Amino acid sequence: MSDDSRSVLKQLLDRLTQEPLDRHMSEQETAEAGQDFYTYNAEEQRRYEAEHSEEQRVEGLLRRWNRSGGEKQARGLYKLLCTLIMLVFLAVMLYTVSFLPGFGSAEHPINNDVSRRYIEQGLQETGAVNIVTGMILDYRAFDTLGESTVLFTAAIVVLLLLRRDEESEKWSPLAAEAVRAPHSDNFYEPQHDSILQGSARILVPVILLFGVYIVLNGHLSPGGGFSGGAIMGAGLTLWAIAFGFDDIRRFFTYKTYQRVVLLSLLTYALSKCYSFYTGANHIESIIPLGTPGAILSSGLILVLNICVGFIVTCTMYCFYAMFRKGEL
Amino acid sequence: MRFVQNFPFFCILLTLICTVISSVLSGKKARMMTVFILGADWVLNAFTLADVLRTGESFAFRMGHFAAPWGNEIRVGVAEALAAQVLLTVILLAVLAGMKRSTVGVEKSKSALFCILCDLATLAMLALVYTNDLFTAYVFIEINTLAAAGLTMSRQNGRSLAGGARYLIMNLIGSSMFLLGVVLLYIITGQLLMVPLRETLATLDLNGQYRVPLLMALLLITLGLGMKSGLYPFEKWLPGAYPNALPTASALLSSVISKSYIFLLIKIYTRVIGFELVRQTGILNVILVMGCAGMIMGSVKAVRSRTTRMMTAYSSIAQIGYIYMALGLGNELGMLAALWHLLAHSMTKSLLFLSGSVLDEASGGTHQRRDLRGVFYRSPLAAVCFAVGGANLVGVPLLSVFITKVTMAEAAIACGGWRLALTLAAMVVSTLLNAAYFLGTASSFFSPREGMKEQRVKGSRLTTAALAVLLAVNVVFGLMSQTLLPILQTALQAIV
Repeated sequence: MSDDSRSVLKQLLDRLTQEPLDRHMSEQETAEAGQDFYTYNAEEQRRYEAEHSEEQRVEGLLRRWNRSGGEKQARGLYKLLCTLIMLVFLAVMLYTVSFLPGFGSAEHPINNDVSRRYIEQGLQETGAVNIVTGMILDYRAFDTLGESTVLFTAAIVVLLLLRRDEESEKWSPLAAEAVRAPHSDNFYEPQHDSILQGSARILVPVILLFGVYIVLNGHLSPGGGFSGGAIMGAGLTLWAIAFGFDDIRRFFTYKTYQRVVLLSLLTYALSKCYSFYTGANHIESIIPLGTPGAILSSGLILVLNICVGFIVTCTMYCFYAMFRKGEL
Repeated sequence: MRFVQNFPFFCILLTLICTVISSVLSGKKARMMTVFILGADWVLNAFTLADVLRTGESFAFRMGHFAAPWGNEIRVGVAEALAAQVLLTVILLAVLAGMKRSTVGVEKSKSALFCILCDLATLAMLALVYTNDLFTAYVFIEINTLAAAGLTMSRQNGRSLAGGARYLIMNLIGSSMFLLGVVLLYIITGQLLMVPLRETLATLDLNGQYRVPLLMALLLITLGLGMKSGLYPFEKWLPGAYPNALPTASALLSSVISKSYIFLLIKIYTRVIGFELVRQTGILNVILVMGCAGMIMGSVKAVRSRTTRMMTAYSSIAQIGYIYMALGLGNELGMLAALWHLLAHSMTKSLLFLSGSVLDEASGGTHQRRDLRGVFYRSPLAAVCFAVGGANLVGVPLLSVFITKVTMAEAAIACGGWRLALTLAAMVVSTLLNAAYFLGTASSFFSPREGMKEQRVKGSRLTTAALAVLLAVNVVFGLMSQTLLPILQTALQAIV
């Protein structure tokens, strides 16, 4: 690492550990917040100074403790305790497992009415040959709607933490510096790795097509929205590694991301709204199940798989882009 | 099925759909959307509450075309509707009070994301309160955890990032423990929905082979949810997370997010495992001792803290300790006290966090407790709010926490033995410490300093109004205890 990038890193670290200013206060707000209502009298002044010297004393102690290898000892103790706690937990869990029914045995309590109906009537009731898909997208669709929302939530939190903010780059020279610094990914764009680019040109279409196949065939064969989406996300990520973000932005920007996720989750939520409402109020659903085994069958499951696939693809790629560059 | 019985489902789906739409809106519109969601949920839930109060019956609402053990389900009863109503009121008022300043400190392009996280916390709260399925509960625990971590870190400064990271790690450990517990329950019963699970557990020969896994599942679920709601000694994430978040976020974290976990735990005890069985395992003694320790340690730390936010956060640990202690007493009266305190503390704590932040602002952006001397003359309403909230937590008669303490004492007397001694000792010590820090701080608000009156600051009108309503809600809740307590009691008996 060059000295240049090291100094930028150091400044960033300093900024992180400082007691912060509230960002984006307008000048007036800053003035209001900083307004002094009274000046401190002599007694208060003395108290503040006493506190300050106390802080310095503690800091000195901490430094001395560090120099005498205190930190090393503390880390050692920490590791020892971690190992002990984990060993105890492991022993307790193994002891518990010894009381559980054998894996795969016929008397296992999970072989009950619930799974029997999923296996025996799943095809007939959901229209899906893949009973796992039938289970997660029809019998227990509310859970899966929740799972898709988990991905949405995770993406929102990652965007909140990592997305570059142009406003704050204007406001803080440090943030602007960090984007252009040599350790930042922007420094190496555009990419010129011909081996990587050559293989990506061949691999990415195949990967994307395979992902699409797994999503569309989710109700017929093993797979579905989650696994197919992860594969498509990997394809997009590979393209971004090989050709850089400027290239991928020709067809996939932050706006694309927002719209695709919005449409997918809305379709999912609205279609399930319909089926929950009709189900709970004992109204016959008008969605046909089709011929089991055909690609256009199993009612809403195909649509839901496509929605889940889009959400997973976008979330995967969003995570990669955010962690690497802070922008899509 | 009557149309009004669809309303809890409408609430959940409406919240989800509007949240998703918010993700493409600008900051200001997203904030409007949040208020719209909360308002609509509040009204819909009020209809539900009125309906279940009128009929006095609970019902299960199946999510889809498949009945109980095969499909998902939500359950609506008086306890759920009442808890959801109280928590929705708190969220609505916290969002309104923080409306003008809620996103100061969040980068401008991200203020919509902050509102979305508030919406997601509302969604998770509704689902956790109403769910009738253990796995659905786990899914929404995940949403709750992630949204809460985002709310904690939304200021993106050093302290809130460090606090948020610690929050996330400790809470994920808690979630994994809960998940392990659910998995163990599933292995020994083959069920995930609460009612069939309970029936299967009842038919199991519990003195036989499955006693150890059941005990382990119970322990993992209790400690997992305890860790997530701030039960001593697993509360180390709490002092870093609550005080460094934005005021609205602190209010949501302390009064809604951690409370929905406790409500879920109560539901699991009564509806899944059965309170009688829980009592036999002796796990209640563990949470009784932990709760008592939390009551005292939280109060001791609060006395020693220098800022109001820290003080309020540490007092949360003490109050969570009260809830677990009441649960740990192991009788119906104790459970009633726990549920009552859950609601009372939820309202009071958000009042304290919100008014505390207004007081800090009115005193030149200070964080120190001692700089708040004479703050009543700068921001009278917030000072009164803080004083009333503090007095409530100390247990001043006519207010809600007084009722908790009386009910808890009754429950402890019904237990007798070492539990009575321990509970009463912890309550006396904790109340004295509470009085020391809350009343000490509050009384300094009213001591005038020269030239104070001219320095009065006008806060935003919306904040003032929301604080006034929250104060009124708190007082009314305390005054109405004679009506509400019997309702809660019947609701608890019906929840089984």
